[in-house]
Amino acid sequence: MSFFAQLSQWLADPNRWSWTDPAGLPYRTVQHLWFSALALVIAMVLTVPLALWLAHYRRGQFVASSAVNIGRAIPSFGLIILFWFLASRWGANTDFWPLLLALVALALPPLFTNTYAGVVQLEQEVVDAARGTGYREWQIMLRVELPLASPVIVAAARVAFLQLVATVAIGAIVNDGGGLGRYIVDGFALGEQGHGEIFGGGVAVVLLALICEGVFAVLTKLATPRGLALQQARRSS
Amino acid sequence: MHASGVTPRLADSSRPLFEWRWVERNADAILQRLGEHLALTATALGVGLVLSLALATLCLRYRWFYPFVVGAAGALYVIPSLGAFALLVPLLGFSFATAVIPLATYTLLILIRNIVTGVQQVPAEVREAAIGMGFTPRRLLWQVELPLALPVVVAGLRVAAVTTIGLVTVTSLLGMGGLGYFIRAGIQTTVPNPSPIIVGVVLSIALAVLVDVLLWLGERALAPWARRVR
Repeated sequence: MSFFAQLSQWLADPNRWSWTDPAGLPYRTVQHLWFSALALVIAMVLTVPLALWLAHYRRGQFVASSAVNIGRAIPSFGLIILFWFLASRWGANTDFWPLLLALVALALPPLFTNTYAGVVQLEQEVVDAARGTGYREWQIMLRVELPLASPVIVAAARVAFLQLVATVAIGAIVNDGGGLGRYIVDGFALGEQGHGEIFGGGVAVVLLALICEGVFAVLTKLATPRGLALQQARRSS
Repeated sequence: MHASGVTPRLADSSRPLFEWRWVERNADAILQRLGEHLALTATALGVGLVLSLALATLCLRYRWFYPFVVGAAGALYVIPSLGAFALLVPLLGFSFATAVIPLATYTLLILIRNIVTGVQQVPAEVREAAIGMGFTPRRLLWQVELPLALPVVVAGLRVAAVTTIGLVTVTSLLGMGGLGYFIRAGIQTTVPNPSPIIVGVVLSIALAVLVDVLLWLGERALAPWARRVR
């Protein structure tokens, strides 16, 4: 069967546009986003408060600067399979936890390093001024450093989320999750006859990533506090 | 040859987590896969570096070109690796090119950015002195600006190399071998075997660290003046 015949047959599957059938693109898109978002939220809850606190007291500078490099060296593909293997060995649920834990582990280093850097690079005068006005340390962290570092934190979340979207797809190799990556991995298994499904899944994954990137670009604008935005506008003009 | 679409078999909990025996029995295969991994990494980095040098030189000459190039490289960087492979398979099949093209394009963003900022950081006095000595623009770029930008360029190259080495494991889904072959093989045997998975993951990390250190040492040897700055 030719490539175009395969592709049109794949697109014509009656379940392809279903929200509830595992073959459906909407179903897989929701699954993809759900996994990515869940991992991002967990990773942010684990890193952002800790990084804020450590950066406020300038502790753990070395860990913060090297975390991202260590994270980069760990192959996500290997981590997914390793976690899947360990879960199946311990008789745990292999459909959900291994992939989720691998995703969280991958998102931790960039979130930690960037949040930390975002706080450390703030002008110290602002923090001193807040302290002089009578802010307590926790108030400085929550009301001065967190808002001022929020554009950097959102940028870090954006980088982490896109990495998660890419990694969820790879997760299709070990479980029924994997979101839109499911089509690509299933297509690979079909070899020559799978080109249509591979391409269809590829287009869907790429579009999803580009749309997420666009949404995050808007979020970055919204996350910039008004004062900071005005300051930046004044500086650039 | 290709990934099985069915969920792999569950592991046998009586089996030890790691067996040295496996490493001894598969020493030849490990060397072969290591070689494949290096070949994929080196090709992707080489192609990425040549393309980045060409595009960065253009950006340095025509400044208006830079935002477009960075925008395009940024968009390519956002594309998930599996998606990029999937788009190329119908065109190029399960081939070396399908594996290398996305790997190379991921290096463009950081390499172009670092080459351009590295060259822009060169002090104006140095540039003027070279022009005053009669350097042509081409000699100025290759003999003054790029050597002085070397530490920044190598910093980018290190990030690109480490990222690429990790990503090469994914190309095993295309039947490209490399260390990812072991990672996949571990769950495709009739009873999942943890030894190849661990060997694949550990060697991939070790290779990334080794290449990172080698590039760092290379930079120190080629740009000894940068040591004093830091």
